[in-house]
Amino acid sequence: MTSTYAVLSEGLRKRFGEVEALRGLDLAVARGTVCGLLGPNGAGKTTAVRLLATLLRPDAGSARVAGHDLLRAPAAVRRHIGVTGQYASVDGDLTGRQNLRLFARLHRVRGPAERAGELLDRFGLTEAADRPASTYSGGMRRRLDLAASLVRRPDVLFLDEPTTGLDPASRGRIREAVRELAADGTAVLLTTQYLEEADQLADDIALMDRGRIAHTGSPAQFKSVLGTHVEVVVGDVDTMVDAAAVLDRLTGAEPSLDRERRAVGALTRDATLTLPRLVRELDAAGVALVDASLRPPTLDDVFLRLTEERAA
Amino acid sequence: MSALVYDGGAMLGRQLRRVRNNPGLLILTQTMPISMLLFFGYVFGSALAMPGERYRSFLLPGLLVATAANGIMTGMFQAAQDAHRGVTDRFRTLPMSRAAAPLGQAVADLVVTVLGTVPLLLTGLAVGWRIEGSALEAAGALGLLLLFRFAMTWIGVFLGLLTRSEEAAGQLGGATFLLPLLSNAYIPADGLPGWLRTVAEWNPISAVTTALRDLFGNAPVPDGAAWPVAHPVAGSLAWCAVLLAVFVPLAVRRYARGEG
Repeated sequence: MTSTYAVLSEGLRKRFGEVEALRGLDLAVARGTVCGLLGPNGAGKTTAVRLLATLLRPDAGSARVAGHDLLRAPAAVRRHIGVTGQYASVDGDLTGRQNLRLFARLHRVRGPAERAGELLDRFGLTEAADRPASTYSGGMRRRLDLAASLVRRPDVLFLDEPTTGLDPASRGRIREAVRELAADGTAVLLTTQYLEEADQLADDIALMDRGRIAHTGSPAQFKSVLGTHVEVVVGDVDTMVDAAAVLDRLTGAEPSLDRERRAVGALTRDATLTLPRLVRELDAAGVALVDASLRPPTLDDVFLRLTEERAA
Repeated sequence: MSALVYDGGAMLGRQLRRVRNNPGLLILTQTMPISMLLFFGYVFGSALAMPGERYRSFLLPGLLVATAANGIMTGMFQAAQDAHRGVTDRFRTLPMSRAAAPLGQAVADLVVTVLGTVPLLLTGLAVGWRIEGSALEAAGALGLLLLFRFAMTWIGVFLGLLTRSEEAAGQLGGATFLLPLLSNAYIPADGLPGWLRTVAEWNPISAVTTALRDLFGNAPVPDGAAWPVAHPVAGSLAWCAVLLAVFVPLAVRRYARGEG
């Protein structure tokens, strides 16, 4: 591969009847990095991946995936990609071992049985190897799914919500596998609705909105757009309004109130706001604090803000 | 071409393992005709003009062909299940020949059909059916039966990829049960009113059934029948050739294009 980009698309368009699912997708994923493709339902994430993974043909635009032209050489693209999750399933009627052996054979891997054994071992599935995959738990199924896309180390891996809903052990194992892959040079395109998952795994984030990439950047850049998240928890629910007034004055942003938790929060880009000053000001206003914090915003905050901006 | 053979072989193995791990549909579709042979042969047969044993000899080839026609339903069910579960998409992202998955499914179905037909043939022998012609002709009859099954499975694969719905395949199962009723599989078509006889004789099941009866030596080719039934072997081969020429490319193209 000559390009530093394992995925590079320009102006990809796809229409289903009346619905324009993709309206010119420009996406670049560098080798050895994890790119989180985020967006609300209907933003076009699934269509984007289905196009890039050769499952659908675009109406217009062009792309190179793993160094091959998506439209002219889809067969070459398929030799270098791995696809998981909702985009491609393992066969529930076959055992874990049978699945991996089949995929290894179809990928022309030498010694498919040995390769299957290695992967089962690596993903902690050896014990369940000879049971039909339909009997696997969610976590086991997800691990088998990932193993199936790694029978030959892919240059580009399409991952779909790989850790959502998993127990911490399974989650850790998958995260570790994804980091190792990226360290070995694989480009990972991760689609998810969960920002926490992208925050954990992604080097870069591409936010999709209505069939296009709306924003790109690192998770840190995304967060710095919003500055710092200030939150205080008060002892008496009646003082929430006073706390909100103080936060309004200090941050210049409209605070959000959570009566359940008796919490008041706001975002600020004012770097001079420190925790002691916050506590002093609230104390002066007669608000008894239970907790106060200044922290970087989560991607959820960013996400909400950016989609709110769109709605406004 | 060698890639197609290799990939098709891998897919064949996968289909056979799938049936072995999950044999329910196979058992159901293969025990059905045995019970029909017994019910039709002894219960309905007693009301027909043909003597019982003669009718059962007449009926068995019809049941073989009617069972082969079920290939539409099993082919559709398996293809729809794979498409619906996302397994088809997994195969479509793999560097394999575009014809390998449907071909593997259709060939695996043939292997399973060979095995599944044995109990029906044995039951036939037990109730008085015999191979009354030469061994060569009997082999030809079985070859024709498998060719017909192969054509039916490709129709099913196409429909399964088109609908992606296991329920639709189940509903079609009821419809394919009706197809042999409008043919000469269970009763001679000669006695049907003129237009109905024409429809029944242009049903591919009639040509293949008549060819089997002729080759097994169970019943003569009826007089004054429509062309495919009057020339049953040529008629059957022509039917299979036409159906394969239409549905193999349709199924492969559907598989390659996906749903969009």
